[in-house]
Order: sequence, then C-alpha cells, then structure tokens
Amino acid sequence: MSRIRAAAVGAATLSLALAATACGGGSSSGGGSNDSPKTLTYWASNQGPSIAVDKKVLQPEIDKFEKQTGIKVKLEVIPWSDLLNRILTATTSGQGPDVLNIGNSWSASLQASGALLPWDAKNFEKIGGKDRFVESAVQSAGAEGKDPAAVPLYSLSYALFYNKKMFKDAGISEPPTTWDEIVADGKKISKNGKWGLAAEGSNLSNNIHQIFVLAKQHGADWFTADGKPDFTSDGAVAAVKQYVDLMAKDKIIAPGNAEYAQNQSLSDFSKGKTAMVLWQAAASTFASQGMKDDEWGVVPAPVQSGAPGPDRNINSMVAGINIAVFKNTKNLDGATKFVKFMTSDEESKLLNKAYGSVPPVKGAQADPAFGTPSTSVVKDTLAKSAAPLPQVADESQFETAVGTAVKELFADAAAGKPVTTESVKAALTKAQQSMPTK
Amino acid sequence: MPDTQAAVPGRHRSPMAAPPSFTWGRRIFLTLLSAFVLLPVFVMVSSSLKPLEDVQGEFRWIPSGLTIRPYIDIWSTVPLAKYFMNSVIVAGVATACSVVIAVFAAYAVSRYRFRGKRVFTVTVLSTQMLPGILFLLPLFLIYVNIGNATGIALFGSRGGLILTYMTFTLPFSIWMLIGYFESVPRDLDEAALVDGCGPLGALFRIIVPAAIPGIVAVAVYSFMTAWGEVLFASVMTNDTTRTLSVGLGAYANLNDVYWNQIMAASLVVSVPVVAGFLLLQRYLVTGLTAGAVK
Amino acid sequence: MTTTATTPAEAGEGRAVGKNSPGAARGKSRRPGRIRRIGLPYLLLLPALALELLVHLIPMVIGIVMSFRELTQFYIRDWGTAPWAGLDNFKVAVDFDAPVGQALLHSFFVTCLFTVLSVGLCWAIGTAAAVYMQETFKGRGILRALFLIPYALPVYAAVITWVFMFQHDNGLVNHVLHDQLGVTDKPSFWLIGDNSFYALLTVSVWKGWPFAFLIVMAGLQNIPREMYEAAALDGAGLWQQLRRITLPSLRPVNQVLVLVLFLWTFNDFNTPYVMFGKAAPEAADLISVHIYQSSFVTWNFGSGSAMSVLLLLFLLVVTGVYLALTSRGRKAADA
Repeated sequence: MSRIRAAAVGAATLSLALAATACGGGSSSGGGSNDSPKTLTYWASNQGPSIAVDKKVLQPEIDKFEKQTGIKVKLEVIPWSDLLNRILTATTSGQGPDVLNIGNSWSASLQASGALLPWDAKNFEKIGGKDRFVESAVQSAGAEGKDPAAVPLYSLSYALFYNKKMFKDAGISEPPTTWDEIVADGKKISKNGKWGLAAEGSNLSNNIHQIFVLAKQHGADWFTADGKPDFTSDGAVAAVKQYVDLMAKDKIIAPGNAEYAQNQSLSDFSKGKTAMVLWQAAASTFASQGMKDDEWGVVPAPVQSGAPGPDRNINSMVAGINIAVFKNTKNLDGATKFVKFMTSDEESKLLNKAYGSVPPVKGAQADPAFGTPSTSVVKDTLAKSAAPLPQVADESQFETAVGTAVKELFADAAAGKPVTTESVKAALTKAQQSMPTK
Repeated sequence: MPDTQAAVPGRHRSPMAAPPSFTWGRRIFLTLLSAFVLLPVFVMVSSSLKPLEDVQGEFRWIPSGLTIRPYIDIWSTVPLAKYFMNSVIVAGVATACSVVIAVFAAYAVSRYRFRGKRVFTVTVLSTQMLPGILFLLPLFLIYVNIGNATGIALFGSRGGLILTYMTFTLPFSIWMLIGYFESVPRDLDEAALVDGCGPLGALFRIIVPAAIPGIVAVAVYSFMTAWGEVLFASVMTNDTTRTLSVGLGAYANLNDVYWNQIMAASLVVSVPVVAGFLLLQRYLVTGLTAGAVK
Repeated sequence: MTTTATTPAEAGEGRAVGKNSPGAARGKSRRPGRIRRIGLPYLLLLPALALELLVHLIPMVIGIVMSFRELTQFYIRDWGTAPWAGLDNFKVAVDFDAPVGQALLHSFFVTCLFTVLSVGLCWAIGTAAAVYMQETFKGRGILRALFLIPYALPVYAAVITWVFMFQHDNGLVNHVLHDQLGVTDKPSFWLIGDNSFYALLTVSVWKGWPFAFLIVMAGLQNIPREMYEAAALDGAGLWQQLRRITLPSLRPVNQVLVLVLFLWTFNDFNTPYVMFGKAAPEAADLISVHIYQSSFVTWNFGSGSAMSVLLLLFLLVVTGVYLALTSRGRKAADA
C-alpha cells in the first residue's frame, strides 16, 4: 500500500511540476523578434464563396510579395467557424501565425489579451501612416484611446437588396428607405408563399449587427461610456422588439428564417422567395445562385425616418476585416512589410475588388471599380452613416449573450408564442446578468 | 456469471417453437426499426444524387433528376482528398499503436499480480468520465510546451492528434482485452511457458492468436473513434493536417449550403468505415462476447 | 514501445507467474531475478501509463488548477499571471439565484433528463432487437449488418444528415409529418425552440442503440443453450424463459453497458455541437456544449474549468454509487 501511496505522490508532484512549467504558456517577452526573417505564416479569413476561391485570389498576390521581398509566406485560409478558436489557442500558447485576419468586432477583445502588435504612430509610419485609412475603419480596430490592434483590410457595410420584379408585381415603384416603408412594402409582398424580408435568426453575429443599428436608431447604446453592459435600456428593448416583430407582428419575415444560420436567406432571395434582404457584399453570391445582376437593386439600409446620417440615422455597422500582426512573431519586420503590402493602394484595389468589399484605404477608393451600384452604396454608407460596433473587451461575450437572446426570441416568434416588451426585456436582463462582472 | 469457457459461442435457439404472436411481434418491430435506421441513410444517398435545386427547395422523395455532379464537385470545393489522407494516417496509426499498447497492458493485468494493479485499472477506467472540454486547453498547452522544450512538434501535427486519439480509446480497449484474455484458458499459456517461451512469446504465440476477435473489435472501435472525433481535431489541426470530420464542416461554412455536396461528401467519408465495420462485425460480436461482456 | 522489444529475452525466466497460484508466485519471487519478474508487468504497463499521464491525468490536474484562477482574455496570453480566484469561479457556477448558475443548473437538468431518456431508449431498443434476433431466421445476418450502420457512421456525417432532415422549410420530417400525414397543423421547428430536445434525443438514440444491441447480442451468446432446454422441459413459455433466464443472465452485461452508455451520453459533445453549433437552443442545452460556450466562446477558461470540475465530481459520485450498488448485488449473487 505504501508503495502505491508513494507512486501517487510522485505522480502528483510530477504533474504539478509540469503544470507549473505549462504556466509559462505564451512567452512573456513583449514584442516579436526577427529570428526567422525569411518566412511568414498568414491566416486569412474565408472571404470568398469557398476556401478554394480564397486561395486562388490570395496566392498570386503572395507570390508577388515573395518576388518583391524574398520572404516566403505560408498561407492558410481558415473557416469562420474555426478562426476565433484558432486565434485563442494561438494566443494561449504563443504559437501562432505571424500575420492574421480578424473580424473587426473582435478587435477590442483580442487587444485586451495582448496577443496582437499595437499599431502606434511608429508602426503606422512603417505602412504609410494612419491617414491613409478611412477614419471609421480605424475606429473599429481597437478600443477608444488605445493604439489600434489591427489595420483595416476590407470594409463593408449593410445595404438593402431588393428583387426588382417582385417589387413591380406588387405595385411598388420606389424601394423603401425607412422601416415603416419596409413593413408596408413587405406586407404587400408577403402572400402566396412569398415573403417581404429575409433574416438569419440563428446567426448570432447577424442578429447583433441588426440590433446594434436599430438600438442606435432608438438612441441607445449596448455599453455605457465606461464599457459596462447596458442591455435593458428602453431603446435597446425597443430595438430588439422592432427587429423580432418583423416576424412576430408584421409577419413580413417567414417563420422558417428563425433557424437560418448559414446564409439560407441569400438563396431564398436569389430564388425569388423573399423580396428584400439586408446584407453586406452579396452580389457574387447572387450570381453564383443564378440571379442576374439586373434582377436586383440595392439601396442604403433603412432608418426610422429621414435620410441616413450620423447619430440616430445610422443605418449600418462598420463591417470589415482587419489585418493584425501576432505579437509573438519571429519575423516582425517581414510581418510589417506584409501588412504594408496587403494594404498598399494597388493590392487594396485588387483584393477588395475580388471580394466585393470597399477599400478602407483612401487612395484605392477612387478606382472606378468601386462605383458599381452596390459598392457605391457601401462607400456612401461607410462615409456618412455607419458606426463601429462597441469596441470593448467583452464584445464577444456580448455577441454570444445578446445574439442568443435574439435567436431565442425569434424561435418564440416562429412558434407563434407572443413576443412582448416584457419578454424582450426579460431576455435581455438575463443576457446582461450573464456578462462577466469584472 | 456462468462459466464462459464452457459456453461455446454460437447460435442459440430457444428449443420451443416460437408462437405466431412472437413471430408477428418480431416482424413488426424489426420492420419499424429498419425504417428508422435506414431513413437517414436513404436521405444521404438520394440527396447526394439530386441537383442543387432539389435539395434547396422543398423535400421530395423522387428527385427531379439524377446527377453525379456532387461527387465530382466535392473534391474541388474542399480539399477532401487531403483530409482523407490525414484521417487515414491519423486513425490508422492511432489504432495500430493503441491496440499494441492495450494488448501489453491487458496482458499484464490479466496474467500478473502486482502492486497497484487495482489502482491502475480503476484510474484508467475512470478517465472515461473526463469531460473532454476539461482537458482540451491544458492538453494543448502541454503539447505546445513539449514542442518548445524538445522541438518535437505535437501541436498542429498529426503526431499530436495520434497521441491524443490513442489515449482516448485505451481505457475501453484495455478493459475489453482484459476480459478477453481472461477467457483464454490459462493452461494454454502456462504450457507455452513451460515449453520455454518467454512471457511475450506466450503472449504473441498463444494469447494473441486466440484473442484475434477481441483485438479486431478493439481496433474497429479505436479506428471509428479517431475517424469521427470533432472537438480536439478542430483545435489541434491546421490546414495541412486537418482531418475529415472537421474538413466536412467546411461544406456547411460556405456562403451557400450545397446540401447535395455535403451528403455526397458524408457518404464518401462514411463508406470506408462502414464497409470495414460491416466486414468485421462478426469478429466484433465474438470479440465482445468474450471480452466486454464478461 | 522500444522497451518492450528488449523484454522477451530477459523476461524469459519470469515464466511461472501464473495467477492461478498466487502463493506459488509469491514463493518464487524470493529467488534471484525477482526484480525482472516484478518489473515485467510494470514494463508492459508503461506505455499505457505514460499516455494516460500525458493526455488524461496531467491535463486534468492543470484543468483543476485553472478552475481556481481568473483566466479571462486579459490573461490567456500568459496564464501564469492570471490572478488566483480562490473559489470565485465555483461560487459563480453554483449561485443558482444568479443567471450563470441558473443556466448551468438548467443545462444540468436538461442533460440529466436527456441522458436518462437516451440511455433508457437505447437499452430498451437494443435489448428488444437482440432478443428478437436471438433465434436465427431468414435475413438475420443482413438485418444485423444494417442495424450496425448508425453506429459505424462518422458522427459528423450522421448528424448533418439529420439536420438536413429536421429543417423547418425543406426537411423530410416536416414533409412527412405535416404535408403527407397531416399530424401537425403547421410545420414544426426541430432545430430551434422546445422541440430541439426531441430532435437531439432522436439522433442520440438513433446513433446509440446499435451499441446496446451489439453488447446485448454478445451477452446473449454467453447464455448456455442448456438453460433454455431445461426451462423448456419445465414447461416455461417464451415469456417466462425471457424473464427467468435471459434477463437475469444479462444482468452483469447490463451493469457495464448502462454505465458506459451513461458516461458517453452525458459527456457527448460531438452530436449537439454538430447539430446546433455554438449556441444550442435552451431546451437542448447539453452540459458539454454549455461549458464549451462558457469557456471558448466567451473567453473565460477559469469559469469553464470550474464547471468541468463540478461535472467531473458529479460523474465520479454517480459512478461510485452505481458501482457500489451494483457490485454489492453482484457479490451477493456470486456468493
């Protein structure tokens, strides 16, 4: 027996010792180094219709970069479902890529982890200065008052896409500009298996994007100025209720949309099942689904009244992808060079054109390629009436908590359960209480 | 427990002729059960042959047309062939190693008395209780640290995944093989020992051949576990080492849901395991009869 | 594995370690060469032990250590610096008046109910099928192979097919229930809302029952035919044979089977994750996905670890009690 005990003690000490060394997880040394100046690993997000398409778009540019600098870049395109996990594990271990794409809403959360290289004036200087970028895009790259954690790469905003023929058949001559008009037009269209508007009820991020804008329009913010969650203000409750009511009360969204999470709303739109959809860059998806470019139109996303503008007339979040340098990189100079390359006027034009987004680089925006109907709407929105999502460290918890609340409310609406101000408020209260308190 | 050595595994028939009520009950029950079991299989096969409009629109039993396009497209939409190779390597190596290690451990436990035997068996079995999520991050940290200290890349490599899966299946495998080895008459290997075989000689010449069904059962179980695991594979692999179970997810992440391709890919991924499993199922039943079930 | 390659030669003397005669083995062990003989079983266990340590035990200890720290996104980069949180993570998890604790408790109850139903159904269907197929009949071999397909299919492939069938608008389930049979007056939702529980249960049973079938089938083969013959001579009918011979003989098999099914079902992550993704509907919020959400999705590994530790404790207690109860019964039966 004593021997067993000795063995057990031995195993326990061993594991504790290992645990202690494991604590050293990420290297605590601050900035990166230049130990391996000839190679880089780049994690790209999935921007095109498939990963294969992304590789086709990016590989030639990476080859170009190698030719210019002699640095070999290993490209890995990571699906959205895995990207955040991969970044988290990389952060925890200190072993990750040198350069990576992040969804801009994660900027502040990742900034708080200290995993990303801060873009102070000196670093920005290396890639041509902060002024080269559109201001709202830079704002969505980190918390206010801190050096951005990333550099804007692709910019997007929401816009309202509509089916021209369905509008004509319903006798609607002008596309809607306000929510009231959307509801009115939607009601005209929603019959005989056709529906007015599409939504992605089970897609947490999409829910967040919509209710963020609606809350702004009701004069509410999801976080107080000092970064505390504030989910239960009258404006926030009204915003969520208004969004869910499109299905529950106005009945212009098909109940089935409550379980959509994989862009099924785009294929419904392409097939003429729904007449309107609020989306970012959707043109290439419509085309791939067999909808011709002249069959749909695009206008700015709706406001409560008046025209899109600042404050209460915000009609989109600043959507986009940022490019960041991992702090533990062993090739700091190369990584910076690569960011400079990717955000150069020329590459910015090329890549944003390929992905249907708008360059956050001022020098690239003038290109006629960004004058198509959908990109000019996006460009205008970004310039005049888009606001960045809350840049707080708890942003990802917010997306989970509130996004899930909206999802559950949609599920209620779809099942025919009543959605009332009280039930919305209760759901949001619960979401708020589940946020971290520290 | 009745003495299993005496019981010859094989067909058992109740000596009494079954009354018609029993036969009818059986027919109805088994028919319903078959329908339940086969429905998804039917959906998988038929949907994989349908054109995209059919699978995106309202469900229909009879496709508007048949196409093998999905089977061609799956290879280019997602690098399926590469994932396939990764899964074959990871599951194959993990299975082989896990079986060998389990055979040694089960031999030790079933044929020797030694201090700590009970502690060992209890500990190993109790790891079945561990929620995977508890040790996902720590395991990952350990791999990274081993990598930093020794230069052996476990994280992100197939090796790390192989090591993980080997261990996942060890407890069940050891436990099953102990049962199986105990059913091999001890006289046999003792005779071999007297004849001058070493303990390992006895193991490989006597016990292992007699325990083939049990070993096959364990191997099948290990292979299937490794082939289907999602959580650890999604965190511990990268572009070059991604396995099928995670790779399949990529079809659903596309900007459009190509259900016919998802079904085709699922089918392609399933065929090797299901075929292997069905070929070996005879062994599985006999293996379990003597092993786990004791 | 390299160690074992060298053992045959040196272990040659260690032959007489038969377990049948413990006294003899102990007597012999006093002779020279004892170390080698005693060492051999440990040597054989070494690879398994090393792997268990590396992959299960040490990570578990680290996980427990993590549960006492405030491991949020501010510290994940270097978690050695994360402040010790004492029992804070646990307090939050078991404060059932606050939403976090409430949600955990809710998820725990959902998981318990789900596990009981799933294990019960898997066992019942598996046993019924195995008993019905105990006797040979035409097509039994084919049927047996068919029944094993769900178990053999990779989780992802199987579950995604069910998701496809459970869709609200275009799924087969609604097509049959609503359009063709008219059981429901409007199409139901299976992947969101309250029905998601039944959807998850269906998939879990579909995937799990063949395992019970397989094990029970194997168990049935161990029942000597003579017992049935004797019972038949006594005039016992089929039903009585089932009650007096089959079910009692299966008891030890069932003991293990139910425990294994319970642990697998309770800890199952793959099925709910593939089915619902990162945010499971409340009605089907199984504990493993709930904990995943509490750590990976919300970047709070401390509280996620604390919840896992609680879960582990619960499973330890249940398993311990279960084994104590059943083995007492078993010992009594053996005596």
